[in-house]
Amino acid sequence: MLGLNSRDFKLFAIVVVMTLAAPILLNPFPVDSALGQSFNAGYPALMQRFVIFGLLAIGFNILFGLTGYLSFGHAAFLGVGSYAAVWMFKLLSYNIIPAMILSVVVAGLFSVVIGYVCLRRSGIYFSILTLAFAQMSYALAYSVLSPITNGETGLQVYSDDPQVLMSQGDPIVPHLFGLEMNSSVTWKLGGWEFIFQNGYYLAAVFMIAGFYLSIRIFRSPFGLMLRAIKSNQTRMSYTGMNTKPYMLAAFVISGCYAGLAGGLLSAMDPLTGAERMFWTASGEIVVMAILGGVGTLIGPVLGAGLIKYLENIVSKINDTILHNWFAFMPDWLDNLLVAIIHPFIGKGWHLSLGVLFMAVVIFLPGGLVQGGQKLGGLFRRRAKPAETETDSVVEANSKTPAE
Amino acid sequence: MTKSTYSRRRVLQTGAVAGTGLMLPTYLRAEAHTGFTNAPTGDTVTLGFNVPQTGPYAEEGLDELRAQELAVQHLNGEGDGGMLATFSEQNLDGTGILGKKVNFVTGDTQTKSDVARASAQSMIQKDNCIMITGGSSSGVAVAVQGLCQEAGVIFMAGLTHSNDTTGKDRKANGFRHFFNGYMSGVALAPVLEKAYGSDRRAYHLTADYNWGWTQNESIAASTEALGWETVQNVLTPVGAGDFSSYIAPVLNSGADVLILNHYGGDMVNSLTQAVQFGLKDKQVNGKDFQIIVPLYSELMAKGAGSNIEGVYGSMNWNWQLQDEGSKAFVKSFGEKYGFPPSNAAHTCYVQIMLYADAVARAGSFNPCAVVEALEDFDFDGLGNGPTTYRGADHQCFKDVLVMEGVAGSGNANMMGYDTLSIVEVTPRAQVEYEPDHPMFAGGSLGECNPGA
Repeated sequence: MLGLNSRDFKLFAIVVVMTLAAPILLNPFPVDSALGQSFNAGYPALMQRFVIFGLLAIGFNILFGLTGYLSFGHAAFLGVGSYAAVWMFKLLSYNIIPAMILSVVVAGLFSVVIGYVCLRRSGIYFSILTLAFAQMSYALAYSVLSPITNGETGLQVYSDDPQVLMSQGDPIVPHLFGLEMNSSVTWKLGGWEFIFQNGYYLAAVFMIAGFYLSIRIFRSPFGLMLRAIKSNQTRMSYTGMNTKPYMLAAFVISGCYAGLAGGLLSAMDPLTGAERMFWTASGEIVVMAILGGVGTLIGPVLGAGLIKYLENIVSKINDTILHNWFAFMPDWLDNLLVAIIHPFIGKGWHLSLGVLFMAVVIFLPGGLVQGGQKLGGLFRRRAKPAETETDSVVEANSKTPAE
Repeated sequence: MTKSTYSRRRVLQTGAVAGTGLMLPTYLRAEAHTGFTNAPTGDTVTLGFNVPQTGPYAEEGLDELRAQELAVQHLNGEGDGGMLATFSEQNLDGTGILGKKVNFVTGDTQTKSDVARASAQSMIQKDNCIMITGGSSSGVAVAVQGLCQEAGVIFMAGLTHSNDTTGKDRKANGFRHFFNGYMSGVALAPVLEKAYGSDRRAYHLTADYNWGWTQNESIAASTEALGWETVQNVLTPVGAGDFSSYIAPVLNSGADVLILNHYGGDMVNSLTQAVQFGLKDKQVNGKDFQIIVPLYSELMAKGAGSNIEGVYGSMNWNWQLQDEGSKAFVKSFGEKYGFPPSNAAHTCYVQIMLYADAVARAGSFNPCAVVEALEDFDFDGLGNGPTTYRGADHQCFKDVLVMEGVAGSGNANMMGYDTLSIVEVTPRAQVEYEPDHPMFAGGSLGECNPGA
């Protein structure tokens, strides 16, 4: 269906369902329970990040997963996209349509320029060149271009900005023809509370569309060409193919994805700063892709979700919360457990991420997707044939072709 | 192409499911209107402490967190009560705020606006925080202040020294207790005149971002008013590490004063390198060469070690002050953690007390009621002498301390704490300015926003 083969369609359908039902799936615990207060991730700001960074990782994967060219400066496109969107809010109005269009266009043009230069080299030289460009963009945005970017303070919308298309009574938050991004409905069900927010669903629709497009690219002759470049670019050239245009196209598509993600970030929260382009932000994108599984369809999305979860949930667990969890234990055991876990929570979330990343790289070079496949394989061998059809994501991933 | 076969049953089934799906939203109620965002419902109230726990300002952030935890203990009636006893308002009795026990959640801003906003959003949306406080950088403070304004919660800024926080970027829901670049400039000027005379040539090295610029602007204006000449202002990248290429030209510029508009690790590096270049021992224009660091902090002084001897700077508060409030705070902080509090810790502690007291006086957690209670509010006993929260820009006005680096006791644990000594307490009247002063103009508070 939809021009996809049945396996891809199944994966796509699962992604759609999971994304749309995320406000429910990510809130598995009642609001007031200790587990809920610590581990529920179903609040709008975090769900938005899941899908937006998922979109970014999908785009990155089209470049890195298919062609093997590791761009270490992808955050620059994200940043450029966000700046473009905020400027649209400042100049035209809070309607997000012009902002989205401009952020994709600007990031696309920017990636044509950078891609044209960087793609003259491959391998590590390509990575270093993209890194250099991204750091340059960061430095420019941080101080030199302050009149445009508002420097370290970050670009935001002030009430005395022109906003020429804004008429009386328009919402003063980003909106889609009056549908405010930050308004939501809450569904209370017993101890549970599910929040459905407009902004999240808008971002989710973009992510789903991006995911669909990425499947089509993976399965197209164009995608095949990119994979051929990955396996042996020199041989491609010998056969008389000019690989440059294909590379550049992949780079620009990937840049447009990043620009769109940046625009969406601004649409959810109309403030942007230079640190969005810092090299650690670029590195984070690479980690997302590797953690999830490079070159797989769903992997980067999973990687993005996992990193954002650690960053937002684990970094907020502090010692007081731990003591609450272990309150039922004798004091010495309580203190011992807290002392053991302490380095991995709160400010130590980077450490948890590092350990996880190392474990994945060492034991699951194919990323979380490979983990899913292994788990699925284990499951299949043990289960009776009749019970193999389950709807779990893990199982679904196991059916995803790695390439 | 895909072949698809639709049976009538299938179409009906799908239609029924889709119809139910579409109707579902009508059963969902929009958020109940309690009058304001995150109105506390149970017998507890949650505050959000959003500080840098990693990154360049992590030291400051962690010290802020210590003071915030201490403040919560005191509000809940644990510990010795600290400044509750010395506060000029006696509305807080150790039973929490309005009888509700105070809980808190913490978050790591990493000194990045994006991360700080993500963390603040999760505090507001997930943890139902009624107030956010903390921060150790002006960019972050401005970003989070804007977010709190939109979301309809109160923001009590922590360490933020840029003029913009209560100038161009001031917001109705945001309040700053800390002093700013302008105050540093005017407080330092008389001391500098007395120590170094009115005929000096100053060379500025300025961190190349918003805070650095406003500080440079403020210091240059007040020293030029003394008759000093600004030879040159050189912008340095943040986190440069090595400043030698910026310091070497100072020697040949004919300047006899070096002003370092740096903060945190940058200041430690630039000051250390300036001393290594022998600037302090030089004679230029027949005068001893001098170095000035307009904004001091204990943690920076610790990093710079003995290099700060004879270097002037300014501070919001210092643990060596001898008023009752400061003594009570230093005692209870010292007993809990074993060392004195920094001025970042002090400002965060005071901000929480001020918020709690404002809620108690207003009788409500409604942000608009709190804003009204804090605007043009006079108080005393929190370590800075008589202080006013000005309603026009939500900036606190109080005495400013001028500090000088000294040798100290040599005790390694007290490094940074006893190597700064108070030279002068510049009275509040001297550092006051109009809300529409050119360095602060262009902003507007807007209306207070109670949110949903």
